[in-house]
Amino acid sequence: MAYLKYLLVGIIFGIVLVKSEAVSWYRIYEMFRFQSFHMYGIIGTAIVSGILFLQLSKHGKLKSKKGTEIYVIEKEKGLIRYILGGTIFGLGWALIGACPGPMYVLLGTGVYAMLIVIAAAMLGTFIYGILKDKLPH
Amino acid sequence: MEFLLNPWPWYVSGPLIALIMALLLYFGKTFGMSSNLRTMCAISGAGKFSDFFKMDWRDNAWNLTVVLGAIIGGFIAVQFLSNDSGTHLNADTISELEAFGFSKPGTTLVPKELFNTDAIFSFKGLSLLIIGGMLVGFGTRYAGGCTSGHAITGLSSLQRPSLIAVIGFFIGGLVMANLIFPIIF
Repeated sequence: MAYLKYLLVGIIFGIVLVKSEAVSWYRIYEMFRFQSFHMYGIIGTAIVSGILFLQLSKHGKLKSKKGTEIYVIEKEKGLIRYILGGTIFGLGWALIGACPGPMYVLLGTGVYAMLIVIAAAMLGTFIYGILKDKLPH
Repeated sequence: MEFLLNPWPWYVSGPLIALIMALLLYFGKTFGMSSNLRTMCAISGAGKFSDFFKMDWRDNAWNLTVVLGAIIGGFIAVQFLSNDSGTHLNADTISELEAFGFSKPGTTLVPKELFNTDAIFSFKGLSLLIIGGMLVGFGTRYAGGCTSGHAITGLSSLQRPSLIAVIGFFIGGLVMANLIFPIIF
């Protein structure tokens, strides 16, 4: 039953991504052509709300369920992996019109071709795992 | 009810996505969807080939549960919370995509020219899905996160690596949509 809350969070996530049209292939294309404010509005207000939440937590106003401090683990310092990995991901994001969350949400909406995309994404992750030590980070 | 069935405005959707991040942090977890690809590799036995996948997948069972929920949420949203309003795209977007050969842009969530059965069973269609998926899977792990981990969580916590990654996301996306699409479509 401890997992029920994660299932519910996932369900809300799926509903929000469909209703916001963030899973729309067309919205992603429109964003990368600078032809609509929609996606920038979503990502922008998500970040602003996120900053507010994390600042409130930081100043002790909000605690986690266990009563501990809420914080985000610091990412490792670096440049090449972020810019190069980010660019590779961006190429795929625009082509598929979906990042790793929307892939599953779209599967639920009945886009069964996402099974192929998810399998290919697993393969891509697997290839990274094999090449990891040879890549610049 | 109509406001629920219509597409939700961006200023409602954005804060709700932040709420997802907040709930997961409140439960002592993080908001990162691409990690599930690594977990699924580990479950499939990828640990035999690389130490990167030698992990106890049960530690991430909570995140796979979020994935299961996301699939169910997608189903609920289209079955019970949608009308036939479609996506109101920019007129330029529509005419550009029609010129690429996409019919009725915005009436569905994804173009049938890329995702329906005919596309899957064509060489070009299948190749694009596989290449796109691989780019996403490789790129997110190389960058250590995707839209949820870097753009939302990373930027909300004001982290420089995430800003660099998001700049990368946009370089890649802009190149694909502006330079590569005219070649492949």
